[in-house]
This record gives sequence, structure tokens and C-alpha cells, in this order.
Amino acid sequence: MSNQNLREPTINITPEEYKKLSQQRTPKPKAARNIPRAFLVGGLICAIGQIIINFFLASGLSRNDASSAATAVLIFIGALLTGLGVYDDIGKWAGAGSIVPVTGFANSIVSPALEFKREGYVMGVGAKLFTIAGPILVYGIATSIAVGLIYYVLRF
Amino acid sequence: MNLKKVGNQTVVFANPPVILSSYSVVGPMEGQGPLGNSFNQVWPDNINGEKSWEVAETKMLQEALQGAVTQAGVQSDQIDFMLAGDLLNQIISANFAARQMALPFIGVYGACSTMALSMALGSMLIDGQFAKHILVGVSSHHDTAERQYRLPTEQGAQRLMSQQWTVTGAGSLLLGQAGVGPRITAATLGRVLDYGETDVNNMGAAMAPAVADTILNHFKDLNRAPSDYDLIASGDLGSVGLGLATEVLKRSGYEMGDTYTDCGVLIFDPSQDVHAGASGCACSAVVFAGHIMERIKAGELKRVLLVGSGALHSPTSAFQGESIPGIGHAVVIEA
Repeated sequence: MSNQNLREPTINITPEEYKKLSQQRTPKPKAARNIPRAFLVGGLICAIGQIIINFFLASGLSRNDASSAATAVLIFIGALLTGLGVYDDIGKWAGAGSIVPVTGFANSIVSPALEFKREGYVMGVGAKLFTIAGPILVYGIATSIAVGLIYYVLRF
Repeated sequence: MNLKKVGNQTVVFANPPVILSSYSVVGPMEGQGPLGNSFNQVWPDNINGEKSWEVAETKMLQEALQGAVTQAGVQSDQIDFMLAGDLLNQIISANFAARQMALPFIGVYGACSTMALSMALGSMLIDGQFAKHILVGVSSHHDTAERQYRLPTEQGAQRLMSQQWTVTGAGSLLLGQAGVGPRITAATLGRVLDYGETDVNNMGAAMAPAVADTILNHFKDLNRAPSDYDLIASGDLGSVGLGLATEVLKRSGYEMGDTYTDCGVLIFDPSQDVHAGASGCACSAVVFAGHIMERIKAGELKRVLLVGSGALHSPTSAFQGESIPGIGHAVVIEA
């Protein structure tokens, strides 16, 4: 709620005019730079995932098992790079390209774990582990249940 | 009774307090910035061997406070009050630093305007003859602020172009009733202004109206103009906020010209990729205690207006969709 009835003298601009001015002057994200970067890095992570899947398939795993194993490997890599302090630098460059793949999900869980370790394993790591990933899980699971129910009903 | 208040918001000191000493401690990034040489201490990293960032911030503030006391050559039992603040919940950095200093302590919170606010309050205490020596100090820390206000530091998200980088550092001044040094001659205390900005990633825009309002009232109260100052520096509006405040003041009848700048623009080089500049209590504190004091002592600046800028929100208020109230406090420093 903005100020009402300010004693004069005060600045000669209304909140509406200021909002317009501030929108004009606030720099926008550099989409022309960010989108290709996100495409490159996101694509690269997926390509690495595919290589790992192919490796597991060649080792004799079934397709389902191979993709589960590859996901686990990617999560491990994401977590490791977060622990080494590299993932945030990748994220700075790649934006959504490194947030959306499963490695970004690992980063969103490991980074609060590292951050809140000093508050202890219960009130720190335990309580804060899902501060970023929590909403994704809540709505991800809720959506999948809803879709599952619709699918179940439509089958009859 | 001869009231020292002039106009609506300004106090003019009858016996202007003297800045006896200034001391600044900063992190490595601030040390590498364009003002790196003006700081007393540059830490090699943000934690400097302490067990947490919060402890490191407290340590930084202690060193700045102790540094100012030592430089002034004043015994600590001659210091009447200590005024300090920071950005963390319940101002723990200041409280814990005060535990070490063991001086009568007044905790101050004005968000990033705390340094200017403490200077104004300290000067009022001295000029009101309640104290001979006052120690003021503030701190902020990039990593403690990030984890309190934003995301974990290792989270791989992109920062927005309007975002500012919290300065890791602490600045301190020892004010005295008499002695040699620049003097604090007047102060204009700001009112809280809210122009409806809700974006916590654009604090400069949230604070600019309040800073402009304080500058405008300062000029009106003292019948001064921008040309009466060699330097007018706002605290941490950053590049977006500086542009907005300049434009708002222009529309209100004041061409600020080249004398007006912002500590949040000065402390980092654009190549350091901090986006819209710097923020944090320490931003204006270390730029003033280091760079500006250096220029005043060198005789380059005769009269300076430092306008601390604060965003008075909390993560809770922001999540609840409240807009961000801003404040600006101005102090006049004369050689």
C-alpha cells in the first residue's frame, strides 16, 4: 500500500507515474543471450544422460532400469558439482538450461543442505532440505495424482 | 529554548561532532573493486577461518569497531555509547559485536541506511551533551544476507539484471565532541515512503522515492541546492535506483548533475558482474569510511551529503505480497 497524503514538500511524481518510470528503467533479462545458452547446456546435459543410458543398455540393463540408473548418475553428478561449488557457476551462465534437468533438482536439494548444515542436522539440514524442491514435489505429486485419477476414470 | 531543528526534518548541530577516526573491513570482492585501496583491511575470503558466515560478519564488525577506537587513540572507557546495526534478524551481528566491545550499546535498525542513521543519532547525542565519544558501526555480509533474504548461495539460479550484490564488510566511525577531523554539521531524517514497488529483486527502485524525498526536504529545510555540495552520495540505490532518484528529483525541480552518485555504483566495477550495483549496510559505510573520508582528508571534498537508503521489508512481508517501504537518512559532513 503506497503512502497517502504526504506532507508537502515531497517529490513531484504519483505512484502510478513512478511505476511506469521504474518499469522503463529496470533492465530486462537478456533473452537473446540466455535462451541459446539454456538450449546448449540443457541439451548437453540431456545428451550426457543419453550416453549414460546407452552405456547401461549396452551393459545389459532393461530400458526402464537403464533410465533409472542414468537418472541416479545425473543426480549424483549434480549433487557433486554443487558440493564442489561449480553448479551455481554453471547456473549463472546457463540459466534454465541447468535448472530444468534432473541435475538442477539435485542442486536445489543439495544447496540448502550445505547452506543450513551449520544450524544442525535436525533444524538445519532436516528442516530446510526441501525449501526449494518442496513446492516442486508438492505440486508435482499432486498433479500426477490428479492426472492418474483422470486417466483411471477415462479408462472405463 | 533554542530548538536545533530546522524546517520539517532537519537538525543542525550547534557544536558539530568531529569524526575522529574511520575504519573499514571488506571481503575480497570489495577489495578487488575500484575502491579497494581505500579500505583498512581486505579479507582473503568471506569466512576467514570462522565457523559460519554469521560469526565472520560479527568478527568483521568487531574489527572495524576496534580499528576505529585504536586509530582515534581514545581509551574505550572514554566512549559513552556504541550505536550499531546490521541486516540479520534481531541485528545479531551488532549485538554479538557489542558483547565483545562491552560498551553501553544502542542497537539501531534502518536496514541499509543504518550507518547514516547511526551517524545522525550519535551526533545528536553528542551535540545534546549526552556523550563525549560515540562509536558507530554497521556490517553486512553477502552470504548471510543471501541465505536470509534469498536463496542458498550454491543454488544455481540466474540473478536478475536489476538485482544488487550485498557488500561484505563493516565500517565504523568514532565521533567526538572535540578534536581534529571532518565534522557532521547537520542531518535530515527521512520518512518512510512507499511507492508500491513489490519486486524484492529491484530494491533500488523501492528506495529511490524515499531518498529523493529526503534530499528534497534537506534542500528545502536548509535552503540549499545540489551546487552547495562537492559530493552527494546515496547509500545503495545501485544503477537502477540512482537513475530513478535523479529523474524523480529532476521532475521535482532539482538537477542533480555530476555531484550526485551512489555508493552502490562506486564500490564495484561493471566487470565484476554484480548487475545493478551493490547494497547492504556496509555499502555506504565502507565507501564513506574508506573512499569518501580519504577524499575529504585529501582536501578534494569540502562538503558532502551522505544519504543512507534502506528498504524496510522482510522476507515474510515480501512473500505476503506487501510492497517495500523505503527510507533515506541524510548527514552533512564538512571538512
